[in-house]
Amino acid sequence: MTDKTMTPDEVISRLRSGMTLGIGGWGSRRKPMALVRALLRSEITDLHVISYGGPDVGLLAAAGRIRKLTAAFTTLDSIPLEPHYRAAREQGTLELTEIDEAMFMWGLHAAANRLPFLPVRAGIGSDVMRVNPHLRTVTSPYDDGEEFVAVPALRMDAALVHLNRADRLGNGQYLGPDPYFDDLFCEAADTAYLSCEQLVDTADLTKDHTPQTLLISRHTTTGVCETPNGAHFTSCAPDYGRDEAFQRHYATTPYAQFAARFLSGDEQHYQSQVQAWHKEQQ
Amino acid sequence: MTLTTPTTRTEYCVIACAEAWRDNGEILASPMGPVPALGARLAKSTFAPDLLLTDGEANLVSLDGTPEGWLPYRKHLTMVTGGRRHVMMGASQIDRHGNQNISCIGDWHRPTRQLLGVRGAPVNTLNNPTSYWIPKHSTRVFVPRVDMISGVGYDSAEAAGPSATRFHRIPYVISDLGVFDFATPDHSMRIVSLHPGVTLTEVQEATGFPLAVPEEVPYTREPTPHELHLVREVLV
Repeated sequence: MTDKTMTPDEVISRLRSGMTLGIGGWGSRRKPMALVRALLRSEITDLHVISYGGPDVGLLAAAGRIRKLTAAFTTLDSIPLEPHYRAAREQGTLELTEIDEAMFMWGLHAAANRLPFLPVRAGIGSDVMRVNPHLRTVTSPYDDGEEFVAVPALRMDAALVHLNRADRLGNGQYLGPDPYFDDLFCEAADTAYLSCEQLVDTADLTKDHTPQTLLISRHTTTGVCETPNGAHFTSCAPDYGRDEAFQRHYATTPYAQFAARFLSGDEQHYQSQVQAWHKEQQ
Repeated sequence: MTLTTPTTRTEYCVIACAEAWRDNGEILASPMGPVPALGARLAKSTFAPDLLLTDGEANLVSLDGTPEGWLPYRKHLTMVTGGRRHVMMGASQIDRHGNQNISCIGDWHRPTRQLLGVRGAPVNTLNNPTSYWIPKHSTRVFVPRVDMISGVGYDSAEAAGPSATRFHRIPYVISDLGVFDFATPDHSMRIVSLHPGVTLTEVQEATGFPLAVPEEVPYTREPTPHELHLVREVLV
């Protein structure tokens, strides 16, 4: 069977400017940050990013890589407003498709099921309809005759997700409390790349854990890479929590200054600079 | 703080929030913010024991934190559309008919201040009871018209048609000054009670639209000694 292991840079080498890119996780939780950092090291830009947004969106927006964003929110959770995303919106530097959290989920389901849309009781009555004039409604063909928003499929060229463990075939396992929507992202994408805290043998995935933890199945993954601490500074329970001190530093430092220190080298450079930064704070 | 200390404004707010979940039965109480969270726990500890609570992550938990169920975001969103939930959200802006904004201030196309985004407000308001908690009542929050309708108000739901109004309900708006609802013929905001120490003039001056005022404006009820004990010494 195919060994799908690759490095983060190999993952990014398969992406192109202009692509529609889904990013898993939720807010500042289990974001594929090592892959986002690798993306920042590349020249890829003009992206349509689809994300339950966190610092993935903030960093890519600050670096000017996002042409268009589809999101219901962008937040750092413990810091409600993502500063770089805010700046991008207030300076008008990105196009936004703002939809509701449930509309987003049904858009993923539609894409995963190869449907053009799914109906949802959300959006009508709100300004989501005003700011998204492309959204259409659909009337139930049954006796109720109710009208719903027809959420268009959120189909994507590529998806990036981060899990706790994976095997070399691309099976992914989450060990935290919430799968978020990472399996749907992979199913909604033409190609999906999975980074993980630890690559293990297939047999080891279920040695100490139930099969229900096997969130992502290899038929949906294109590539897999081991990136220890790869969700940093977002949380990756149970391996580690959010690095709150560092997130505060990120949120209060001008992007150019942050990037100069932390994003000027490879992933190893990033991780060592984070360690050094923590030592300086003691 | 001992039980003989007078009830604080925040404690009246906690009581008012707790009351929002009275007689709600076996549904999920989703409080957003510390005062609603304390209110939900108080309600569950006393008159609404069947309420479900989450730990803020993916677990349904009892009052002592013991997990009793699993509620990741995907199931949480189904709980919303299934209607077995009463959420108490925040609001950066709210208007006379209960339209709420948490998305941005100014023109959406280029906001003067980007906020969270609409989040789940559109789906919440059309599917499960949605109340609001506003910690600082002012004309900045209580506005004639919100900049970006995130949570759907009564007039907007009406205009959107029967599938929008079918499950739409805004039981309460609770602020640091009082409790409000929409139990008026045109579903405009009405005073339910003022917290002790608050005057009618004070709340009217802090509200950017006319409030419906009942003939007699009651005060928010006093906590019982047991409730004060729970709020001050057990639940915090």
